[in-house]
Amino acid sequence: MLPEADLARIYRSLRLIRRAEEETARIYPSDRIKSPVHLAIGQEAVATGICDPLRPEDVVAPTYRSHALYLAKGGSLRGMMAEMYGKATGVAAGKGGSMHLIDAARHVLGASAVVGTTIPLAVGYALALKREGKGRVAVALFGDGATEEGVFYESLNFASLHRLPVLFVCENNGFAIHTPLAKRWASEKLCDRAAGFGLPTTRIADGDVLAIRESAAGYVEKMRKRESGPAFMECLTYRWREHVGPAEDYDAGYRPHSDLEAWQKTDQVARIGGMLKAEARAKVDAAIEAEIADAVAFAEQSPWPDPKELTADVYA
Amino acid sequence: MSTPSSGPSSGPGPSGKNGLRTLKYVDAIAEALAQEMELDPSVFLFGLDVDDHKAIQGSTRGLLQRFGAERVFTTPLSEDAMTGVAIGAAMAGMRPVHVHIRMDFLMLCMNQLVNIAAKARYMYGGQVKVPMVVRSMIGKSWGQGAQHSQGLHSMFMHVPGLKVVAPSNAHDVKGCLIAAIRDDNPVIFVEHRLLYGTEANVPEEPYVQEFGKARVARKGKDITLVGISNMLVECLRAAELLHEAGIEAEVIDPISLVPLDFATILASASRTGRLLVVDNAWTNCGASAEILARTAESADRAILMRRMGFAPTTCPTSPPLEALFYPNPATIATQARRMIEPKAPEWDPNSERAKLAYQTQFRGPF
Repeated sequence: MLPEADLARIYRSLRLIRRAEEETARIYPSDRIKSPVHLAIGQEAVATGICDPLRPEDVVAPTYRSHALYLAKGGSLRGMMAEMYGKATGVAAGKGGSMHLIDAARHVLGASAVVGTTIPLAVGYALALKREGKGRVAVALFGDGATEEGVFYESLNFASLHRLPVLFVCENNGFAIHTPLAKRWASEKLCDRAAGFGLPTTRIADGDVLAIRESAAGYVEKMRKRESGPAFMECLTYRWREHVGPAEDYDAGYRPHSDLEAWQKTDQVARIGGMLKAEARAKVDAAIEAEIADAVAFAEQSPWPDPKELTADVYA
Repeated sequence: MSTPSSGPSSGPGPSGKNGLRTLKYVDAIAEALAQEMELDPSVFLFGLDVDDHKAIQGSTRGLLQRFGAERVFTTPLSEDAMTGVAIGAAMAGMRPVHVHIRMDFLMLCMNQLVNIAAKARYMYGGQVKVPMVVRSMIGKSWGQGAQHSQGLHSMFMHVPGLKVVAPSNAHDVKGCLIAAIRDDNPVIFVEHRLLYGTEANVPEEPYVQEFGKARVARKGKDITLVGISNMLVECLRAAELLHEAGIEAEVIDPISLVPLDFATILASASRTGRLLVVDNAWTNCGASAEILARTAESADRAILMRRMGFAPTTCPTSPPLEALFYPNPATIATQARRMIEPKAPEWDPNSERAKLAYQTQFRGPF
């Protein structure tokens, strides 16, 4: 059993992501959020488990389903909410939206809507970190769909060849939009594919946030000490809501509701919350509700971007 | 008359304070890289074969020995990921120079260049910058053919956030490469294989050729020729042929295409009343189309406009077909004269005179 402080920290991360996403879904039908949202409800454990062992100066590269990783790495909730509202105070000045969250101060690289594109960015960043020699690491987090892109294999090969401090994490939720793995993968042995490039691999099939955390911590520690090059983790998970948007879509027929029920039985937010004393948990919950309310109010009250912003920052 | 600096009032800039020194285009590239790598430890050079015995036709010669394998290294054939690596490293504060021995291979980099490099500054609200240089070489002659000959600069000109430069001589290539490396934006750096052997006066010290400043490479009053990349050289030769026919062509080298010094082109064309843009690329939706469109939108007098470029075909390898594929000094001069004297009898400039001395310096295979 982890010390109470660790559990509280992990629970806070899980719960913040869950509640921020639920709030986003609640607000969404009002059309005040001006951005397609790909919610991570149900997938919190991967981002939380990966980020918990990271240091503030480590770097993470998210995909378009970016809210979880962004928040787990400490990205500004106010800035994220304002960004989704298209406000000037958004993290990307209202020009990127939900799919392009970034927080340079928290070392969250920009998210990308084109699947797989941020994987080599993390590798390039890791090249710079290796040269810097301060023990920092980069993490590329991506979905199962991204592993079908050629750039994924190119990136594994190059990172392994140069022994770069980068942790590749596939959060495998089983679907590329609505197309299941069975229609996309000739073999389910994803870890074998990564191992073929010489990377150590770990597959975590049950979504256990503590197992994800422990595995990531082990890899990251070795990378910091230059005892190993890149590593690969496959974490199975489940997207509770529709691919994009706030709703559930079990009536669409491409996946059964019983799958959701199975994953909900091992919901990590509830599990880790249950490990805390009720009083401690209530304290965390209350703080999170206040933080979310503050972020929503901030977004609502923030100004629209100045028209001059249209042409600003095309070039550095 | 074999170098771009030999025409009347042409000359790519003044000689350096170290006095006259001629340098080949290829050596000017290597010198620019060496000087910037010396100056700034964040600069590194990578791409397939940058560190081999041929050293990208010599343009990376000596850099591995001088700066070591950590800053000069070859890559797997993974253009997509390597472009992403360059972008990631650039976001981390480094200044990568990514080398492609032919521009055609940039098609494998399109996703990263268009969807990330060009847009990162903007879509991340100014939180990052992507200072990177993508060196790429256009091939020509000796059967380069369909996939070793393409001038694809206009594809990159289309996308906001990228800069595109195409220096035509040794002086400009050094100044432009130093400027590109120091630039905080992604720069598509267009080189031409046939320019590699050309010589010009090149200062020894580092200097910056500012983007967005065209050069009037030759003064004239009758027609304005704009030559892009090595077509600038062809235009200068065409201007000599025209001079023999009593026509004085003004020849403009845009040097950088994004940003484009359109004011210099418009001022010249407004004065001569005629504008012929010759691109080292196809004309359809190309740089020539853009320059003519802007002229049509902006000119306050009637200007006769034409453009020339690759034949609207894939580049063939057979020499007689390949010769027809490209504009050359004779076809450029003929077109220019037709614009000035539409009723003049057919004119066939001496084809021997029109032959390009600089082209005969190049033998295959690459």
